[in-house]
Amino acid sequence: MKRSLIMLICLVGAMAISLPVQAAFPEKPITYQIPFGPGGQSDLEARRQQPLLEKGLGVKVVVQYKPGGGGSVGWADLVQQKPNGYFISGINIPHIILQPLARGNAGYETDQLVPIAFFQATPIGLAVLKNAPFKNLEDLVAYAKSNPGAVICGGSGTWSGHHIAHLQFGKMAGINMTYIPSKGAADSIAAFLGGHVKAVWANSNDLVQHADKIRVLAFGTKKPFAGMADVPTFESLGYKLYASIDRGAGAPPGTPDDVVKMLEDAFLSIARDPKIKEQMLKEGFVPLEMGHAESKAYIDNLIKEWAPVVKEFKK
Amino acid sequence: MWEPLVAGLVQVFVPTHFILLFVGVFMGIVFGALPGLTATMGLALLVPFTFTMSPAAGLIMLAGIYVGAMYGDAIPAVLINTPGTPAAIATTFDGFPLTQKGLAQHGLVAAAFASSYGSLVANVVLATSAPPLAEFSLKFGPPEYFWLGIFGLTIIASLSSGSMAKGFLAGTVGLVLSAVGMAPIGGDVRLTFGFPELQAGIELIVALIGFFCLPEILSSVIGERRAAYTEKAVKPKFGVILEVIGALLKKPGLMLRSAVVGTVVGFAPGAGGNIASMVSYNEACRWDRHPDDFGKGTIKGVAASEAANSAMAPGSLIPLLTLGIPGSPPAAVILGALMLHGMRPGVELFTGHAGVTYAFIMGLLVAAFLVTLIGSFGSFIFARIINIPSRFLAPAIIFMTVLGSYAIRNNVLDIWIMFVFGIVGYISAKLKFHPAPIVLGLILGPFVEEGLVQSILAGQASGGIFRYMVFRPISLVLIALSVLSSLWPFYADWRARRRKTAGDARAGAREDENAI
Repeated sequence: MKRSLIMLICLVGAMAISLPVQAAFPEKPITYQIPFGPGGQSDLEARRQQPLLEKGLGVKVVVQYKPGGGGSVGWADLVQQKPNGYFISGINIPHIILQPLARGNAGYETDQLVPIAFFQATPIGLAVLKNAPFKNLEDLVAYAKSNPGAVICGGSGTWSGHHIAHLQFGKMAGINMTYIPSKGAADSIAAFLGGHVKAVWANSNDLVQHADKIRVLAFGTKKPFAGMADVPTFESLGYKLYASIDRGAGAPPGTPDDVVKMLEDAFLSIARDPKIKEQMLKEGFVPLEMGHAESKAYIDNLIKEWAPVVKEFKK
Repeated sequence: MWEPLVAGLVQVFVPTHFILLFVGVFMGIVFGALPGLTATMGLALLVPFTFTMSPAAGLIMLAGIYVGAMYGDAIPAVLINTPGTPAAIATTFDGFPLTQKGLAQHGLVAAAFASSYGSLVANVVLATSAPPLAEFSLKFGPPEYFWLGIFGLTIIASLSSGSMAKGFLAGTVGLVLSAVGMAPIGGDVRLTFGFPELQAGIELIVALIGFFCLPEILSSVIGERRAAYTEKAVKPKFGVILEVIGALLKKPGLMLRSAVVGTVVGFAPGAGGNIASMVSYNEACRWDRHPDDFGKGTIKGVAASEAANSAMAPGSLIPLLTLGIPGSPPAAVILGALMLHGMRPGVELFTGHAGVTYAFIMGLLVAAFLVTLIGSFGSFIFARIINIPSRFLAPAIIFMTVLGSYAIRNNVLDIWIMFVFGIVGYISAKLKFHPAPIVLGLILGPFVEEGLVQSILAGQASGGIFRYMVFRPISLVLIALSVLSSLWPFYADWRARRRKTAGDARAGAREDENAI
């Protein structure tokens, strides 16, 4: 009797262990890693999604930080994680593309990251202070042509979205401007408002924030940026420059397609929420609803576009 | 101008708001006190909850957390020589010696009262004169940051009283350690020895735990303190609270100076609060009539450090609320919370959203009072922690340090770095090296590097690096201060020797009123 009871318990136990294989994903808490410190825009975005993801997926979502190396440390960790969907991470363009290109060994390769969805774009713009002599982009280009190197542009980071936009624009316009990187956007905006740089490459939300003190010369978008509709795009001025910081989520390499799909649906249903869209627009962002396949194609295109630029300017 | 302030105060004393503030302060103290958890994390964790609250309620709670954390970090600094956040490094210099003298409660109460005081002064500045100060803060460009960092490094000269050579050596080690990982400018990856994890560099908190906390634990396990963590058990008394607060109130110069230093460091964007406490401690030693008291356990040292780092918090909100530029990482989270509630920093915040903004400022103010209250009564409980015998306390602390080192970045390598630093710290303590210069180098390294590289780039573009870096009003002041500060130890030495020969008779007759 006792023995059969033990047998029964073992049997039930074994079934309980084998059950999760068939059980639908997800059934335990999901770790949502942010490869930056707390308080950055990626964190705030994750915090905005956290309760909605929990509602959509039906399990707890734990936000965890792994900052360092401009995100690379977190992504190097992501590609080592089990590809079961229970560990996902915020991924940012252009970081995930430019780091492996520029550094050689960043600890991960771009194609190792499985994009789940991209939900937010932050167009990059070029701005000067209101009292600057440059009324439009052509003024600045003309001045930079006759004074090579004298226009100091601020921006955040090296081999970052701002830096690559600066290099690409310089090449397209045939001008030479000096790029001075800061550690973060807050620092470069402060240097800009204090007049320590003549122009600044900055994210749309920061530009919206300081709209009353600055003149944005152009945005790197295809359509005019909704938050500042009167600012021209680089394209409309004759430069095919598209620059933005895009935020999304990614999974480790080898994550099953159906798991990626579940996560994609959860992220996209939040991205489609009109209330969330409205919040983002008000804060100076552009809401995106890019799914897995579309994101992958987008990333592949950008690699093709940027690889030669990095190669040319990297000594 | 009083109307909005009073209206804000009324908001804070709405019962639900007040409860949230109290909970916030308490949570902040916990986050500050546990090394590895920071004010920034506490704030970020709470942001989703503030969604569902009214903007005023949410921001009042965030105010509580921020202010609470600025005091909380002093608790482990005083008790176990481990600053809860980097901002409390200087609190250990006198806080831990106090604990060893059996005066842990004195240290804790001094920290709580000084925190409140610093926070209060900075809040008054924030509420009354934020816009012009924020404009001034923008005058700091790359050269100013470089010289500010150099000025910070001159503190090494006075921190290493005893042997200047050892101080400089330790400071250099710190600067080299700060170069590990990605360069702040240029993005080159350096000194990683093949570990991709090291791209992130050496985390300050990990270094702090390693250099400050572990050596103390090791000497309590290996050394003579095996039985009890400190030589004397502490007996908390109610009288101590009044005694300490009374003694500090008799030092208005020290208190005000520390608070002002903290506020100024706070509103200079990018400077961060980590050096506020060191600068303030350094000035406290310099201007005190009995500089020899410092480092041996005096509430003056604890107060100087804590008043400054707590003043830093409202100080960092000055450029945030007026310009939208966060002066510290916690301020960045608060910016995020403001934006999520649709409030854009700038003029709008003080006109359209004035009700919420002033409720927030008043929340900071009331939180400062709560810190004294919770800190004073809490000291009865906290102080007794160190009465626990070493054989129980040491393992518990080691467990916490491992957890803390890991939690800060979820990086296993950080635990090993902490242990290595701990052993190095233990050996170097035996060789009479103080860890403070190492940590100072680690804090200021990236700061100086960024300022220098940016200055060189900008200087080249504007035709003359030297001219660009030196001939600017703030730069000149900072250079003068740096020179004075590095020559000061020689002057102090000379003065002490002259006094000694002049008045050997008077020596020893000094009143001991300030001995604690």
